[in-house]
Amino acid sequence: MIRFLFKGLLRDRNRSLLPILVVTAGVTLTVFLHCYVTGILGDMIEFSANYTSGHVKVMTRAYAENKNQLPNDLALIEVNDLESNLQEDYPTMDFVQRINFGGLLDTPDEFGETKKQGIVAGIAVDIISENSKELDRLNIRNSLKRGRLPEKSNEVLVSDEFATKLEVDLGGTVTLITSTMYGGMSIQNFIVSGTIEFGVQMMDRSGMIADISGIQNALDMDNACGELLGFLDMKNYDDIAALNVENTFNEKYTDPNDEFSPVMTRLKNDSIMAGYFDYVDSFVGIIVTIFIMAMSIVLWNTGLIGGLRRYGEIGVRLAIGEEKGHIYRSMIYEALLIGIVGSLLGTLAGLGFSFWLQEVGIDVGDMMKSSKMMMPGVFRANITAPAYYIGFIPGLFSVTLGTMLSGIGIYKRKTASLFKELET
Amino acid sequence: MEQSTLITIDNLVKRFPVGKGEFTALNGINLTINLGEFTGIVGPSGSGKTTLLNIIGSLDNATEGDAVVMGESTSNLSLKSAAKLRRKHLGFIFQTYNLLPVYTVFENVEFPLLLLNMSGSERKKAVMDALEWVGITDKVKSRPAQLSGGECQRVAIARAMVKKPVIVLADEPTANLDAANSHNILKMMVKLNQELKTTFIFATHDDKVIKYLKRKISLEDGKVVKDEFTKVKGE
Repeated sequence: MIRFLFKGLLRDRNRSLLPILVVTAGVTLTVFLHCYVTGILGDMIEFSANYTSGHVKVMTRAYAENKNQLPNDLALIEVNDLESNLQEDYPTMDFVQRINFGGLLDTPDEFGETKKQGIVAGIAVDIISENSKELDRLNIRNSLKRGRLPEKSNEVLVSDEFATKLEVDLGGTVTLITSTMYGGMSIQNFIVSGTIEFGVQMMDRSGMIADISGIQNALDMDNACGELLGFLDMKNYDDIAALNVENTFNEKYTDPNDEFSPVMTRLKNDSIMAGYFDYVDSFVGIIVTIFIMAMSIVLWNTGLIGGLRRYGEIGVRLAIGEEKGHIYRSMIYEALLIGIVGSLLGTLAGLGFSFWLQEVGIDVGDMMKSSKMMMPGVFRANITAPAYYIGFIPGLFSVTLGTMLSGIGIYKRKTASLFKELET
Repeated sequence: MEQSTLITIDNLVKRFPVGKGEFTALNGINLTINLGEFTGIVGPSGSGKTTLLNIIGSLDNATEGDAVVMGESTSNLSLKSAAKLRRKHLGFIFQTYNLLPVYTVFENVEFPLLLLNMSGSERKKAVMDALEWVGITDKVKSRPAQLSGGECQRVAIARAMVKKPVIVLADEPTANLDAANSHNILKMMVKLNQELKTTFIFATHDDKVIKYLKRKISLEDGKVVKDEFTKVKGE
């Protein structure tokens, strides 16, 4: 019987090919959307992790409480030892020192007097060490617009727009006026080795990137840093792994009675990112739910049309003596088969498109030039484990639900009308 | 001819709701139909022919009275039991053939046997026998769309006969056929009736069919007005 029905299914393209195409298209869209949304949202998380929060971040408890003010006077001290210990405790992770700083950046004229001046928002990272991953992490090489990367601790990169505003050329000197870790005034000269353009207005307006050793020297922060960022050895942030690191670190290093003891927070605990994570989690769910509903309506309609087309066939089957339940079940089996085939094809197609978008990406750098948000310039899809099965939910669920709903007509059909119905 | 009773209809009444009132389609029908009969329920449109055929075929229930078919009271049959009765003992022939268009002639005739869970070899033999009875063995692989009206009705008859049912119910089986095809089909049915002892019950007002009937039950306004046995030419 199953073979018989299968034959009919294969031969009747309106019963097989058309629904399979509809399911395939829907599942392709679901898988692709899932990968695309996961990729973009994941990229934004990674972007944020790379620039500001790391996957985990170590600060003093006091710094953590006032972190929005970037209080370098509450920085971590003896940080080289702490970094070594962390590298031993978590050997697969990469820990880096960062100092965020602000102040005035001054361009002197030939007499040493101020020519131009502007407020600077700077970030100090390890640029000149041989094994540093920070250049790649912050995409500094690709952001270089003019000049070269710093090779010495007294060389810096200034945003191209800011350099133009300050009227400073490559090789020119800029003076950073800020306060030291101990509250004293700091005036330090740096040489501009190059200019950068991130395509993000916030960073391009007044940004400066310096090697951490130079800033430690300028701010009197020898063997100290504001934040120690940790990165898990995985492409995308894994909150469970980060939570594990956070818990074990805090248990070992944090002293609740010492406000200068180190404390670790993970990316998801960041005040801005917490809401964003919830949004990411629910966004994918919302997309899939909406899609399931839309697909259900489409496939219900397909099922109804199919049911109407097969009105005669079902009538004959009832008259010959096939039970209503048997016909109903056979229609559901057909729907399941169509759902499985469509979902498989759709998942393959969706993964194919997503793989392409994951590898090539869509360059939105030009569009993001005026953006005030810190966002990546290339949108990429991200194929995660759920992408391999998520399409089966709408693919199987919708087509089966559609058939189940349309098949209710079989139970409502009066056998007493069969002769009349079959002869019109 | 054996006189064992297949169908007993006892004071059968069927009413349909029409608006706020009721329409009486069958009004106090009493009949007995025996094994091997070649019977027609005849009468004008609206006389209740198809309604009576429906009740005999366990597709509908009586409002009052009863129709006992093969020992089963159709008034008390569950949907499942009614389906079983149709599946095992009844064959249906429709005016418009109602063959399944995506299946071949062989597969269309095979379908009722699949519901009876017969083995593949048994099915093959039964289908080929049925196609031979109706003289269409050369078209086994054809689809209904490739057949003429007469050929389609032959296939429909083969489908009704393949399980060797005790009763075949045919509602206006020749209405869509020309005279020559109608006679050929009816001759074939007479032959099957004689050779296999299958009981045929027609609902018809077609004179071509009526000529072949051995028993003619005339209905008018839901009542049997005449029940006559006739001698068919050649018997």
